[in-house]
Amino acid sequence: MKIVYTDNNATTKVADEVIEEMLPYFGELYGNPSSMHTFGDKVDKKLKQARQRVADLINADPDEIVFTSCGTESDNSAIFSAINAFPEKKHIITSKVEHPAINKLYQHLQETKGYEVTFVPVDEKGLLDLDLLYDSMTDNTAIVSLMWANNETGVMFPIEDIAKKAGEKGILFHTDAVQAAGKISIDVKKCGVTMLSLSGHKIHAPKGVGVLYIKKGFKFSPYLIGGHQEKGRRGGTENTVSIIGLGKACELARENLSVMNTKVRELRDYLQKGILEAIPGSSVNGDLEQRLPNTLSIGFDAVEGESILLMLDRDGICASSGSACTSGSLEPSHVLMAMKVPFKSAHGSIRFSLSHYNTKEEMDIIITTLVPVIQTLRDMSPFWKDGKVI
Amino acid sequence: MWDYTDKVKDHFLKPRNVGELEGANAIGESGSLSCGDALKLYLKVNENERIVDATFMTFGCASAVASSSALTEIIKGMTLDDAAKITNDDISDYLGGLPKAKMHCSVMGQSALKKAIADYRGIQILEKPGEIVCECFDVTDLEIIDAVKTNGLETTEDVTDYLKAGGGCGNCLERIEELIESVKAKG
Repeated sequence: MKIVYTDNNATTKVADEVIEEMLPYFGELYGNPSSMHTFGDKVDKKLKQARQRVADLINADPDEIVFTSCGTESDNSAIFSAINAFPEKKHIITSKVEHPAINKLYQHLQETKGYEVTFVPVDEKGLLDLDLLYDSMTDNTAIVSLMWANNETGVMFPIEDIAKKAGEKGILFHTDAVQAAGKISIDVKKCGVTMLSLSGHKIHAPKGVGVLYIKKGFKFSPYLIGGHQEKGRRGGTENTVSIIGLGKACELARENLSVMNTKVRELRDYLQKGILEAIPGSSVNGDLEQRLPNTLSIGFDAVEGESILLMLDRDGICASSGSACTSGSLEPSHVLMAMKVPFKSAHGSIRFSLSHYNTKEEMDIIITTLVPVIQTLRDMSPFWKDGKVI
Repeated sequence: MWDYTDKVKDHFLKPRNVGELEGANAIGESGSLSCGDALKLYLKVNENERIVDATFMTFGCASAVASSSALTEIIKGMTLDDAAKITNDDISDYLGGLPKAKMHCSVMGQSALKKAIADYRGIQILEKPGEIVCECFDVTDLEIIDAVKTNGLETTEDVTDYLKAGGGCGNCLERIEELIESVKAKG
């Protein structure tokens, strides 16, 4: 069975070029980049190239790039470093729709360290309440952390404006750009964030490698204390192979940025239009404009997400759901709840997230598969009769 | 991905007895759209109080559909007295087990069956006795105590898995914890 993979906000295929770039460093070139000998130095040189390539993707200086093990580590390091830098400030700000790497960390700081937390709400389109955000920034605020783009809906926050405002008030600003990287243009010099997180496996590099950009001048305190690696900002021997792969992936992401905003956006829009036309009682979650080009979150009235996913899975289609039942909790996702998406479609919301590897034929397969799946489930649903919710 | 048995997958992908039942003389409903799962059970009961046919309409995840399908298969041909003895464990066992976090799907089946039987016998199911603990899912303290005792539940997560109680806003988790402790204290 042919697999149609449209779950790229969960993880992506490692690009063939990336694998090719990494292979020698799995095998004969196993040296430690910190070693004095030429053998280790060969790896060090390659690591420097990777650091440059990552920096180029976001217009940073190579010295501002710290390699980590994942996006979650980057996020955690950033927040802990900020509160270490300002121990007297006991207020921190984020949004209600963050990834658990920030959301759960903030809850932890609130519950165990006595931090006052502002979780800024979003409207029904997933857009941030900027007035509330700006009003809540005070002299007591240690850091503001906001995702650049939402993993479930693809909705983007105006990070450049917010970073500017935080800067004016002298407040540290971190952004989780894990979903934004490779999909929209990011320029840290222009937007002026203090710290920014990236993850390798969302941009066709392997799992197990992430990045924290740290603006020059910020007194960063390490999360992993150990050796002198990463200029003392993250102890532990570098994950050389994955970092080298990530470097290549960042180079490819730069080249593919226009593809993402033309071909991939067109595919997403084609899929969206096709589903909306073919299936009554379906609605897109999130703002249609302020949205990543690859993401489509769409809710189907009167059916439940896990059932849709399992039926799509039977037919080889990989997607994801913001639905309760997939994650073990019973409520629909915190993102859709924060947007006050009505229960009738929140439970039946599915996310399709594309990459440049997807094709128009695949979009057609999804549409033609989805129509009978939704019909079957609605025929079974006590809340659907005569073409509408009852 | 949930670790579903082959039987659950089979009853989800090929559910038995789906649809409204013409001539049904007993109907029981459980769950709601906001809960994320709901079951409407239709029974046709003959003059000897035997269930001659049973169908269902379900909104929910794979295990909710499978539990509903299994329930109709189990009760077809039974007398109402025998059907009244069916528990959620019978439904789960029929399917070769359900993941713990999905046990509430089988509880929903049992609850709809109870209501259908009451409907047939013309018994008004009175306001639930006890005090509402979980406002999100309308669960009382007596129901929680009963589930804890019957199933040997030990944590608030266990209670959520069985009854959904505590799985919404979470405001009642402390109260659930107290109830579990009170059952434990009484041995």
